[in-house]
Amino acid sequence: MAVLEVKEVSKSFNGQEIIHQISLSLKEGELVSLLGISGSGKTTLFNIIAGLSLPDEGKVFLNGAEITGRPGQVSYMLQKDLLLPYRTVIDNVSLPLLIKGMKKNEARQKASDYFSQFGLEGTQKKYPSQLSGGMRQRAALLRTYLFSEQITLLDEPFSALDMLTKREIHQWYLRVMEQIKLSTLFVTHDIDEAILLSDRICLLTGKPGRISQEIIINKPKPREKGFSLSHEFLHYKRQIIKYLEENL
Amino acid sequence: MIKKSPSIINKLWSCSAVFLLLAFWLCITSTGLIDAYMLPSPLQVGKAFVTEFPALMEHSLISLSEAFAGLALGIFLGFAIAVAMDRFDILYQALYPLVILTQTVPAVAVAPLLVLWFGYEMTPKIILIVITTFFPIAIGLLSGFKSADPDAVNLLRAMGATRWQIFRYIKFPGAMGQFFSGLRISASYAVVGAVISEWLGGFGGLGVYMTRVKKAFAFDKMFAVIFLISVISLVLMKAVDILHRLSMPWEQN
Repeated sequence: MAVLEVKEVSKSFNGQEIIHQISLSLKEGELVSLLGISGSGKTTLFNIIAGLSLPDEGKVFLNGAEITGRPGQVSYMLQKDLLLPYRTVIDNVSLPLLIKGMKKNEARQKASDYFSQFGLEGTQKKYPSQLSGGMRQRAALLRTYLFSEQITLLDEPFSALDMLTKREIHQWYLRVMEQIKLSTLFVTHDIDEAILLSDRICLLTGKPGRISQEIIINKPKPREKGFSLSHEFLHYKRQIIKYLEENL
Repeated sequence: MIKKSPSIINKLWSCSAVFLLLAFWLCITSTGLIDAYMLPSPLQVGKAFVTEFPALMEHSLISLSEAFAGLALGIFLGFAIAVAMDRFDILYQALYPLVILTQTVPAVAVAPLLVLWFGYEMTPKIILIVITTFFPIAIGLLSGFKSADPDAVNLLRAMGATRWQIFRYIKFPGAMGQFFSGLRISASYAVVGAVISEWLGGFGGLGVYMTRVKKAFAFDKMFAVIFLISVISLVLMKAVDILHRLSMPWEQN
């Protein structure tokens, strides 16, 4: 069964349609990428799924229950880590638990149980400004995870990182996802990243944006590091580029 | 070679400027260029400061308690206004011009009116201080609240945060820096406000002392009290800076 389901969602701003009849579903433990150029309505769709804005048409379901326009159900993570500079890492990460009404100590306790798994050991009492970019993204991810344990929405979360850090964090992400049985909806404009991480890639094209093609990456996880240099990988990449160029 | 840190060098420059000014002052008074009763020499001022020390302390205590009471109420009022104006846009539209207006009326002009209404006790003085000190606090906090990162606010909303939680976790802590900048200004306003309101009547305080020594043409004591007032302001501002640093440890690095 799908953990997250988006059904025929459309949205216009000022009379201009931004996304048109978008449907997608996310199964447990799956990573689905939304790949599209800037301005294809990725962020609009994201806000609708997060419950921050209402679609003109269509519905969003979480575990079968409708959550359209209801925030507080799924959390997300952006390119900007949005860690609050005045809270220590542990207090940043446990923020969703506090919002849910958990007591401070209890929230800290629960959050710190995950620190080693997320590679954040020893950073509990530091401030975000003392962490590297990669570490900050990990902390932001843990915060997202602590909010909704099974599903995360990621909007270009790694695009500000340098190439090597990005490579490392990709491997790490696949590993962690496996361990904690996370389902991820991943928005990106980076084709390599999409192929490397995804089970399925939905290509978002046109104006208004619609999902015009779905590509299944038939490569079991965990994927070894060499995958991104293999013929198989290039084959997918060629296919995607060709399709995107034809449908600009 | 030992590299001197820039802050030490800066201090050196500002200290030598003060020292030069003092030397210049000493020169023109000791050479008789200006009559000693018009402009007392720094030494005379120092002497006056020492002999008048008990009286100065007694009056300082009065002024300071007015300043602190007024500042505390001013902070409270400024905070309340900022929160209300941030929460309700109608209040923002309605009150903003009014708040600005309170600052265009000079304190010296309002003070006599306050004395007529509330007499020579503490009340009019504290009111005047509240009027002058709430403003930097309110404006500082308000711009701090308004500058909250909309992405961070949205993230918390997506997590189901209430308005109060968004205020508590994002808006309020995010405005601390601006609050302290405002407080720094308000603290010095509070002392000046106390002195000005005491000029217009009262039974004690540095302003009252000032009017007394003025009537006696005791210039050395005048200078001593002016010196004391600026020292008090400086100490208060420094105290705010220390408080600022202690309560915002994440800014250290």
